[in-house]
Amino acid sequence: MGNKQTIFTDEQLDAYQDCTFFTRKEILRLHGRYHELAPHLVPMDYTNDPDVKVPLALIVNMPELKENPFRNRIVESFSEDGKGNLSFNDFVDMFSVLSEMAPRELKAIYAFKIYDFNVDNYICKEDLEKTLNRLTKEELTPEEVILVCEKAIEEADLDGDNKLSFADFENMISRAPDFLSTFHIRI
Amino acid sequence: MKRRLKCLKEAQAFVEKFEGALGKGKGRRLYAFKVMMTKKLIKFNRDFENFKTACIPWESRIKEVESHFGSSVASYFIFLRWMYGLNLVLFGFVFGLVVIPEVLMGMPYGSIARKTVPRDEQDSAMDFSVLFEFGGYCKYSIMFYGYYNNQRSIGLLQFRLPLSYLLVGVGIFGYSLMVVIRTMARNANEGGDGAEEGAFTFSWKLFTSWDYLIGNPETADNKFASTTTSFKESIVDEQENLKDENIHLRRFLRVIANILILCCLGGSGYLIYYVVKRSQEFAKKDRNELTWLQKNEVEIVMSLLGLVCPPLFEVISELEEYHPRIALKWQLARIFALFLGNLYTFLFALFDEVNAKLDNEKEIKNETIWALKEYYDNYTLHHNVTENIPPPNISPADVIRGPCWETEVGIEFVKLTVSDIQVTYLTILIGDFLRAVIVRFLNYCWCWDLEAGFPSYGEFDISGNVLGLIFNQGMIWMGAFYAPGLVGINVLRLLSSMYYQCWAVMSCNVPHERVFKASRSNNFYMGLLLLVLFLSLMPVIYSIMTLPPSFDCGPFSGKDQMYDVIMETIEKDLPPFMADIFSYASNPGLIMPAVLLMVLAIYYLNAVSKAYQNSNMDLKRKMQMVEGCVFGCCKSSGSSHSSSRSQATRASARYCPRTSTRSRHGKRKRWTTTTKIVSSKEFLFVLDIKFGTKSNFKGVIYAI
Repeated sequence: MGNKQTIFTDEQLDAYQDCTFFTRKEILRLHGRYHELAPHLVPMDYTNDPDVKVPLALIVNMPELKENPFRNRIVESFSEDGKGNLSFNDFVDMFSVLSEMAPRELKAIYAFKIYDFNVDNYICKEDLEKTLNRLTKEELTPEEVILVCEKAIEEADLDGDNKLSFADFENMISRAPDFLSTFHIRI
Repeated sequence: MKRRLKCLKEAQAFVEKFEGALGKGKGRRLYAFKVMMTKKLIKFNRDFENFKTACIPWESRIKEVESHFGSSVASYFIFLRWMYGLNLVLFGFVFGLVVIPEVLMGMPYGSIARKTVPRDEQDSAMDFSVLFEFGGYCKYSIMFYGYYNNQRSIGLLQFRLPLSYLLVGVGIFGYSLMVVIRTMARNANEGGDGAEEGAFTFSWKLFTSWDYLIGNPETADNKFASTTTSFKESIVDEQENLKDENIHLRRFLRVIANILILCCLGGSGYLIYYVVKRSQEFAKKDRNELTWLQKNEVEIVMSLLGLVCPPLFEVISELEEYHPRIALKWQLARIFALFLGNLYTFLFALFDEVNAKLDNEKEIKNETIWALKEYYDNYTLHHNVTENIPPPNISPADVIRGPCWETEVGIEFVKLTVSDIQVTYLTILIGDFLRAVIVRFLNYCWCWDLEAGFPSYGEFDISGNVLGLIFNQGMIWMGAFYAPGLVGINVLRLLSSMYYQCWAVMSCNVPHERVFKASRSNNFYMGLLLLVLFLSLMPVIYSIMTLPPSFDCGPFSGKDQMYDVIMETIEKDLPPFMADIFSYASNPGLIMPAVLLMVLAIYYLNAVSKAYQNSNMDLKRKMQMVEGCVFGCCKSSGSSHSSSRSQATRASARYCPRTSTRSRHGKRKRWTTTTKIVSSKEFLFVLDIKFGTKSNFKGVIYAI
């Protein structure tokens, strides 16, 4: 349907449409955006699956991510090596999870990964403190920070280990009325 | 992602290899055919989805607004776009089923009395001032009810225009109801089951306050500031219980505030009634003697009230000292009451006018009958024939006309809509644009900083705009039956409004300083729209059921009631047994049990949904208990023991997303735990691939 493009084979496009929440046009547009991040690095022809990764520093400068205080963590949690270098597959994956069509449970999984700064599968007090400081640009006093983190753990922790496991986090976030509308990037 | 692609390829290869094996023997060809058709259907659905998303307009425009102002302002524009789609469909109905048949197959302009401008109005019919008020040629055009002929079937196709007119008029409401409820249901599904407010205040603030859509540095700064303020407020709230100092004074002030507001509402209602009465007086005088102000008094007063009262309510509500979120709800409720009161007062006043016209009509009808009788008597006198007298040969412009009350009502609604449009656009121009220009340019030579202090740049008033949109739609619903052209005007209005307001918001407004969204506000506005739909349905249905149609204009002229058209169709067009069926169906003995059955069904569904909620709570509690139990049990068996730790991790791994697969869509979650895929068979069993359920498949793929 539409013009013939030579970036992907038809099977590849079908596979992308199966594995993400994007339509064909959006996938092609995403490739355009990925290419303009690093025109010398990213080939225009993806039919033979080149192994190209764009480094973290270039991705966090995208206009959609530039103002986000968690941009580094977002890119890191979608990268395979954990350092933030995204291949095109990871890039599409990232925006697919953050798109409007992704379901709540999926977004909760990735939100947990993003807010888990030390990648130990728990959101502990240090992770919460880091989140809060990034959110308020360190405007709160240290006592206030400690108070907020303690209150948050008190509210959400179900099993009593003083940190949030994924189940605690999901239980809390699934009832949040704003979660779906704020955890959403339009591209 | 790579894993997902690999898994997808494996799954597809496996399915292809084994799919022939599933259809054995005689059923093989049929099965293969079914499989092929299903694949084609999936592909067709996907292409159609692609096409549909390509058709959605204004996506980039809304994205720009979103990145500058956040998701709450953009939600207004998304609502506007949705309204535009709804109105476009309504326009398609009205235009295709009522206007086009009349234009193509009905009598042309000037052929019969109702379609021609009367003789005494003809020399002023083309004047701009007359046209601007929808008199003259406008009044006798397809835009209004009076133009349509009451011929039972017209043209080659025997198109039943009166029936179509009535059905489209009612169908507009039916379609709108269906669409609104469907959207509400969809929103409710995504809303999530809300916990009580205050259960997770700090956690939610931590994890959901940042709006990921923000892409503009200024907005981001504002967001940081508002997040910090919000945290500080919660901390203060938490640290000390706000003592209600002098609760009596506060209660007294609130009572006074409510009394003041009731006075305002009553005053505005009375003002509208008075003005409409006055306009009836003016209508009796000659049109040329009235000033422009007097002619358009009603519309101007209504629009001005809609402009002046909301800020007045805001000032009065300062007395009340409510929490901002509660104050916003009160404000919205009051504005709603204001608009509603105004609209209904207007309707009542209009009703009086209609009744007056109906009385007038009786006189004119008698006159026309008398004139006809005179003509026949004269003819008999002159030509000595009593039968087969040809009808009088008068030009259509000279025939005595009755006051067509439906057209008058239609004109009133169109004038109201147009003046509403004018006031909205002017407000944006003056209130936002002029203000921004003044602040920007006068700042160089002014004593205080205009940008920081008063008046500064305006913020986009979301609730005011959304309410305006909802009430505009209510007026369209009310007026569409009497003025088919009104829907077309509204489509144009929404289209231009989109571009105009997008431009205005980007160039003249600044992002909000305080962001306190009413949670789930999307469904709140939809609920309001539903209420307005019902409220605008009632006058139309009442007038169809009780008021007799005019005797000489419109598609129902000559009948006793408008719905007689349906009775006529049932008698004449449908086979005779249908008439019997309808007469049985309208028997009260049948309708009462049907209503009773529906009430019982509602009660049953309510009970079932409560039962589901209860079982939901039970399951959640069990989950909590199991988690605590597992951990407690591991703890008790010695926490330093490595085996128990691994037991704990394995137990918690059951809930970890990496190793458990569960379908992520839909309310019902199937829990199947698996760690490693041993063979393709197990793979197939575990993933439970159902042909055709793309979403299930995708959700499962995501689990990997």
